[in-house]
Amino acid sequence: MSEEIEKNNVALPEPGSLVLSTSPHVQDGDSISKIMAKVLICLLPAIAASIWFFRFDAVRILVYCASFCIFAEYGWTLATRQQPTVGDCSALVTGVILALNLPPGAPWWLCLVGSIFAIVIVKELFGGLGQNPFNPAAAARVALLVGFAGPMTQWAAPATGELISGATPLGAIQAAKGSADAIAQLGCHDNLMKLFLGNVGGSIGETSALAILIGGLGLMCFRLIKWQIPLAMLATIFAFSGIVHLAAPGLTPNPLYHILSGGVMIGAFFMATDMVTSPMTPLGALVFGAIIGILTCVIRIWGAYPEGVSFSIVIANALVPLIDRMCYIRPFGWHSHSVSALNIRRGEIK
Amino acid sequence: MNIPIKTWRFHGGVHPADGKALSNTVPAQRAPLLERYTVAIQQNIGAPPKPVVAKGDTVKKGQLIAEPGGFVSAPVHAPTSGTVGDIVEVPGANGGAIPAIEIISDGKDEWGSGLDPIPNWKNTDREILKKRIADAGIVGMGGAAFPTHVKLSPPPEKVIDTLILNGAECEPYLTADHRLMLERTEAVLEGAAIAAKILRVDRVFLGIEENKPDAIAALNEKAGQYGVTVVPLHVRYPQGGEKQLIYALTGRSVATGGLPMDVGCVVQNVGSCAAICDAVVEGHPLIERYTTVTGTPVANPGTWILRLGTTVEQALTFAGGVKARAAKVIMGGPMMGFAQTSLGVTVTKNSSGILLLQWQETAEYTSNPCIRCGRCVRACPMKLLPGPVSVMVESENYDEAEKNYVMDCMECGVCTYVCPAKRPLVQHFRRAKAEINAKRRAAKAKQA
Repeated sequence: MSEEIEKNNVALPEPGSLVLSTSPHVQDGDSISKIMAKVLICLLPAIAASIWFFRFDAVRILVYCASFCIFAEYGWTLATRQQPTVGDCSALVTGVILALNLPPGAPWWLCLVGSIFAIVIVKELFGGLGQNPFNPAAAARVALLVGFAGPMTQWAAPATGELISGATPLGAIQAAKGSADAIAQLGCHDNLMKLFLGNVGGSIGETSALAILIGGLGLMCFRLIKWQIPLAMLATIFAFSGIVHLAAPGLTPNPLYHILSGGVMIGAFFMATDMVTSPMTPLGALVFGAIIGILTCVIRIWGAYPEGVSFSIVIANALVPLIDRMCYIRPFGWHSHSVSALNIRRGEIK
Repeated sequence: MNIPIKTWRFHGGVHPADGKALSNTVPAQRAPLLERYTVAIQQNIGAPPKPVVAKGDTVKKGQLIAEPGGFVSAPVHAPTSGTVGDIVEVPGANGGAIPAIEIISDGKDEWGSGLDPIPNWKNTDREILKKRIADAGIVGMGGAAFPTHVKLSPPPEKVIDTLILNGAECEPYLTADHRLMLERTEAVLEGAAIAAKILRVDRVFLGIEENKPDAIAALNEKAGQYGVTVVPLHVRYPQGGEKQLIYALTGRSVATGGLPMDVGCVVQNVGSCAAICDAVVEGHPLIERYTTVTGTPVANPGTWILRLGTTVEQALTFAGGVKARAAKVIMGGPMMGFAQTSLGVTVTKNSSGILLLQWQETAEYTSNPCIRCGRCVRACPMKLLPGPVSVMVESENYDEAEKNYVMDCMECGVCTYVCPAKRPLVQHFRRAKAEINAKRRAAKAKQA
């Protein structure tokens, strides 16, 4: 208590030791790294499912991507003489999500290229955390798919590890296209159950809809994501693919099949909801989710690629500033005759 | 009255750690008479009052020592009987130095305000009651210090139908209004009834947060006799903000840039109501108030009845001094209060609390980049976009900030409280408002 002075037998604060700063003088204890830690906890079910189905391949890819992402960010901040930022754990989260998007047969150099692309090109070159317009993991997946289509489609049957190219739920649609019976067979109850649990081929983290759903509910309970985004995205995919399925049963399976297959679940809960690259207003988030949903269906049904989620997310990311502008919220108490509106209309503010 | 009243929930807000348990069960204590009081001359928004006493004059307790400087002004009275000293400078709560009149006590503490009690106020003319409130120097005691007689004189084109009493006390740590409502229930209600008579309204709501069940019960017992309806409200800061309180109780939104009277409401702090009752019924002007002296470093936190002109140093001495190192001494609450660097700051009519915080309880801001998490948008009671606007202010793009309604920010601090990137959001907005106002003044000067 050396910073107190004695007066009348009572200790008082020493004025010279008092801090002068403006209000508010208190803060809740949250931080960016705590948020990232909570996101990682919500990713644990998906990580566990990937290891369950793909064994060592999943572990290998997760370790590679996480390490390469962290080293890429650390190396970049070192090379550009900035303060290291890896402490905020965002590189770790990007690494894990990127890993969950890769096929089980991905070689180590694919993880390296993807990590460097995600961290250095998509995030750091735009200014680092908070400044990137595109979701690093989604953009990296797109770049890898376009640049290295072969290794990116080295699928494997779960638990056996046999490498088979093309035998994934979405790949199966291409094979069955044209025949309404074959498509209906795809969407049968047994298949849907396999899709829900994850006993199918695909990227190591996206197969188990159940695991992702548990994580997604965790995200919503922790209030980490804008719930409007997964809601709008899933509802739009359901409606759009449902309408197309009813109109042309030979073209595409039923909507539940679409929702449970491919990257829709992980995209809806973990990628489209990335805070930095999604809109800030509730209405904007709904519009954003809907756009991703529509684009996903269009690419899947009529596009050249079997999967459209990552492309759709990246395209929608580009539209976020426009969505935010169009869906902005009026302040509390805004009336057309209120002072701020008057000033804008009068041209005092252009 | 127990008729369930419909209430609305305002957008956003936050519930910080309360801190009220430190002082909300301790009954208020009257501070002992001091030898010397330094009464700040300007304790109101509006024109500064003018001293009417000179050095060496003898004054009685409650005697006028500074008269109003205009219509929007409030007189100041002697907190005790004694002799007038010098006009000195004391530190102001907002920084800088302000003039104050020194009163040296003679120990007798004799009343002599020159204001006669009006026990029969129910049959007294409204203008006489209004004049009494003006003569008693009553201002908004919740913090704004706006002269009450002006607030009770809305222009004739504004039709007032509701009087709202602000007993929310939503700031953490503060318990002065709570103790006042519990211990001086009838004074608060009678003052409200007097204000309702002046405004000629039948609808009187007293908004109080649900975390004060004892005060709600005490008020409910007597409220019916005075025509007041007690409405318990959801515990959320800033429930006591004028616009939020009006919305919660009536569902009406005050237009941005507008005033409560635009939607037919007048809001009064419960402390101001008790002061109105004292002024009218007893003939006592405003010379003391309930103030919370609290914080974890304080030895005996509690509520004190302090006379105007008591210094923070004296108030802390009453409370037993500090038992741990204090990093901040704040006049007000932790969300909107003012940090001080001198213990010579005096208690004024709007000093609701003296709060001490330890180092680990104090916020420290870094300027990490905005991660667009959206918590500030969810939390802002004015439905603004604090995150993006702060990025605009950082790049000194004040025009864009103005277009995004930064001037509507009420500086409540909720956005800054919830930001995980620890960005000094409200501080940025204060800067933006200052720059925009300076630009507007310069533009007006050029036109003139």
